[in-house]
Amino acid sequence: MGNVNRFAPWLFLFPALVYFFLLVIYPIFGSFWISLHDWNGTTFQCSDGRSLLELEEDESCRRVPVMTWVGLENYERFFEKTPRDFERVKNYWVGIFTGEPVRWPRISVESKVLLNNIKWLVLFPAAIPIGLAFALFLNQSPAWVRITKSMFFFPFVLSPAVIAFVFQYFYDPAGPLKEIYSALGWSSGLIGDQNKATYGIIAAGWYPQIAYCMIIYLAGLTAIEPEQIEAARLDGAKGWKLLKRVILPQLWPATFIALVVTMIGALRSFDLVQVMTGGGPGRGSTDVLARYMYHKTIFDQDYGYGAAIAVILFAIMLVFIAVFIQQMIRRDEEA
Amino acid sequence: MFPRPIETWKPSTRTLYIVSVFVVLIGWLLPLIIISLASFMTADQLNAGGRGFSMPSPFSVDGWRIAFQNDDFRGSFINSFFIVLPVVAISVGLATMAGFALSKYRFRGQLIIFAIFIGGNFVPFQILMVPVLRLTQDLGIYDTKWALIFFHGAFQTGFCVFFMRNFIAQLPTELLEAARVEGASEWKIFTRIVLPLVKPAIAALSVLIFTFVWNDFFWSLVLTPASPDGMLAPAGLSNIIRGRYYNAWNVMAAGSLLVALPPVIMFFLLQKQFIAGLTLGANKG
Repeated sequence: MGNVNRFAPWLFLFPALVYFFLLVIYPIFGSFWISLHDWNGTTFQCSDGRSLLELEEDESCRRVPVMTWVGLENYERFFEKTPRDFERVKNYWVGIFTGEPVRWPRISVESKVLLNNIKWLVLFPAAIPIGLAFALFLNQSPAWVRITKSMFFFPFVLSPAVIAFVFQYFYDPAGPLKEIYSALGWSSGLIGDQNKATYGIIAAGWYPQIAYCMIIYLAGLTAIEPEQIEAARLDGAKGWKLLKRVILPQLWPATFIALVVTMIGALRSFDLVQVMTGGGPGRGSTDVLARYMYHKTIFDQDYGYGAAIAVILFAIMLVFIAVFIQQMIRRDEEA
Repeated sequence: MFPRPIETWKPSTRTLYIVSVFVVLIGWLLPLIIISLASFMTADQLNAGGRGFSMPSPFSVDGWRIAFQNDDFRGSFINSFFIVLPVVAISVGLATMAGFALSKYRFRGQLIIFAIFIGGNFVPFQILMVPVLRLTQDLGIYDTKWALIFFHGAFQTGFCVFFMRNFIAQLPTELLEAARVEGASEWKIFTRIVLPLVKPAIAALSVLIFTFVWNDFFWSLVLTPASPDGMLAPAGLSNIIRGRYYNAWNVMAAGSLLVALPPVIMFFLLQKQFIAGLTLGANKG
């Protein structure tokens, strides 16, 4: 094998690598760079330093942004009120547990956004056990069950924007839940109320996510060797015990994928929030980092600050990305 | 099998199972059933308190007609195909070559490059937003469908490389070695031996990428905010249908179902490929 083999892989790799670097890897650094600046997204100058006004009428030049270096100021701005708000929320919970009359404190939009992201991270993974329950419920072989499985699964292929519309209609104060709302005294419905809206959106997010987890688990269940289950049954294991001791450990690869995809999905929640509430009602009651970043950048033209929010989101996500990559590579080396 | 096959259950338990599957299924699909009913109602019925479990009366296709006759929305819908299909071709094509390189050769940096493709897949869109936006502006394709093709082609390549690399790694290496001994060029090995063998993977991947890109909403808002013949259907639904028919739930319901239709049809036609693609890697390890 001569030179051909040394260069061949690089030639096959080259187009994908260059393209992917240009649009996915380089922008990560680009955003990080912008996050250290103040920029309104509209001021530019020529790359040779001339102002755009100096250009002749028929002349053009490569435009580069005019940004002001601010160092870590954008990040400081984001976390400025976090310690204060943390105190307030802590006092609220202390009050709840000691029985004092307390009211939910006023906190900054940034803190609300962070809290909502935490709610997503904690509650969204409930889709995993529910998906597992569905998978166990439907893990049967008759043809009619197979058709039923696809009926359970297909919400996964719907666009999140469509899911958002469907649930917006479903949650409407005058919609199908009307009677339940009036029985509970929730006059503005689930997503019209500042305190409940995030939970309503997360529940809508479960819809496709449960379907996804179900299908992952169904594939996992099919891959378990029947002999192993039979052997465990002969040893007297059944029901819960069989599930806990034999089935669940075997399903670990499926659980791992479901967990990573769900966590990353929780942090990526943009579409549902944008369509269902636009971050409201009120200021930031359902907002999350992903949407707040978009809003700050496009609508408030605070590009540096928006980029800083994106970097913060990326940093949180990096934990899950790193765990996933590590597992993938380890599994690969074992194989 | 776990749980035990229903064929071995007592007849009474089996009946109970069949009934409960149907009850749960109806409950599960309730939001979609309700929105389908709404799409066949008149705006009058919906506004007079008919939202909910009532049947359409009178039965009307106004919602569907109005949604589909809206030029801008229809534009975004048809446009979606002209975005999604090139993206599928670009990303699957590039990734098949890259996946081959990453699985059937040994060279330095291989693992890191693979890790970058996997990791890049999971980055939040927001961190790419402004640089990608600027890039499309500099190239003069901002607010056209080319911006979406340009970006999605690259982004989906990440997932496709991950997928293809794992698929090609399972192919027997002896086949390639034999061809090499006979003097076949690397390119010939790729086109004559690898490509025919990865056909199932290409099919599975194409269905998945079609769905992923069709359903994108964020990048339409960022890259094609003002151009109906540039954006994808979900953005058309949100920007055009919701903007103009704010009070007409029947139009919004029909619009939502229209946007949902292509991936749903695709899924039911190519179910096996779809699920094979989605569950690759979920059951080994």
